[in-house]
Amino acid sequence: MNSRTVIASIGGIFLYFIVQVLILKNLVLFGMAFCFLYVIYLLLLPIEIKTIPLMVIAFVLGFSIDIFYDSLGIHTASAVMLAFFRKPWITVITPTGGYDSNTPPTLLNMGMGWFLMYSVPLILLHHLTFFLIDNLGTSLYIPMVYKTLSSTVFTFIIGMIVQVLFYKKRRGI
Amino acid sequence: MQRILLFLYSIRAFLLFVTLETVAIWLIVSYNSPQGAVFFNSSNSFTGAFLSTKDNFTEYFTLGRSNEELAKKNALLMKQLANLSPVKDSVNIPLDSLMESTYDFRSAKVINNSINLRNNHITLNRGAEDGIKEGMGVFNGDGIVGRVKGVSRHYASVISLLHTDLLVSSKIRATDVFGSTQWDGKNPQKAKLKYVPRHVQVAHGDTVVTSGYNAVFPEGILVGTVDSVSNGTDTNYLDITIDLAANFSTLTYVYLVENNREAELDSLQEITEIVNE
Repeated sequence: MNSRTVIASIGGIFLYFIVQVLILKNLVLFGMAFCFLYVIYLLLLPIEIKTIPLMVIAFVLGFSIDIFYDSLGIHTASAVMLAFFRKPWITVITPTGGYDSNTPPTLLNMGMGWFLMYSVPLILLHHLTFFLIDNLGTSLYIPMVYKTLSSTVFTFIIGMIVQVLFYKKRRGI
Repeated sequence: MQRILLFLYSIRAFLLFVTLETVAIWLIVSYNSPQGAVFFNSSNSFTGAFLSTKDNFTEYFTLGRSNEELAKKNALLMKQLANLSPVKDSVNIPLDSLMESTYDFRSAKVINNSINLRNNHITLNRGAEDGIKEGMGVFNGDGIVGRVKGVSRHYASVISLLHTDLLVSSKIRATDVFGSTQWDGKNPQKAKLKYVPRHVQVAHGDTVVTSGYNAVFPEGILVGTVDSVSNGTDTNYLDITIDLAANFSTLTYVYLVENNREAELDSLQEITEIVNE
């Protein structure tokens, strides 16, 4: 990780945060599909990043977003959950020949097949945690499942569009 | 000893994970308790300033509709004023304190809102310096909107009616039967009217208004209209769904109401051990 990547990552966190709380907060399709794009930021940090710094980043980012969503703790809990399981999951799905160093695991660098397998379960885990906590203590489990699935698809599609538009191949942001 | 430390060091990531999740759960629990700390919400000064800057840009898109709403409210108030103004003759006697108004009204603008979560909140651009206090009722020209949860100097955070823990004491206007309005977390246009006994005749289209019993809202502010009535699963009460009068997806300007005698009423009920639902 060189200084360039670090600066790009710090700039990226602010961009994702502002886009999330100012624009995507008001964008909910059919009252069902939410877009938590900041998850993509956590997924696209370089592969070498350790679990502990990643969890700290996730905690800070989730907490800031919670303040704007007035849902204190829910985004925090689900973002930390995602951060904890990212590294083990990356290890599980290592392609033959391993990973190139200093490559962000983006769609363009890794290819569609790998990225699909990498991101969808992690996004699903995050969204499931989020809606499970949000609906805790009610009996609204069917709507919760719909919300989780549709939001996963929505976040994934927006995440792909963002990568195709704003990310370069073999580079940071 | 060293081996224990080495073991702990080897699972340090997991320990941090458990710690952070515990902190997050503590935040969730403390925020959702009725007496929760309200510092970390969208009414703190930094967040409020951020949101009102955003609102400066977006408010132009809703100007037309909010003007229309205000004009409609004005017309209604003028009509009521004309009916209330006494004719100047000797028949008039001054009213005594029994009829004195105990409610104060203020206005504010919505700068942050959500409708799709299970527990939704609203942020307003008025705070303690403008006389907003915790517990004030919030409504707009259409119907009731929520209740103030926390205030900072310039901003206030409101529990929306679309929050599954908020109960509003209401009644059916035609029959004066009272119940409690509560959102069920499903559709942001509909809510449930609870605790209406089965023997009561309720029809589609009946108007539901605030009852004035819990001293947050004055009597008679519109809540919604009855959409459907069924016997439901509870053996004592009807299952009533109402269409909410306020359109939560387009909230712009709201009014806040304060009951000057709420403290007095609360302490009286405390002494006599009355529990308000």
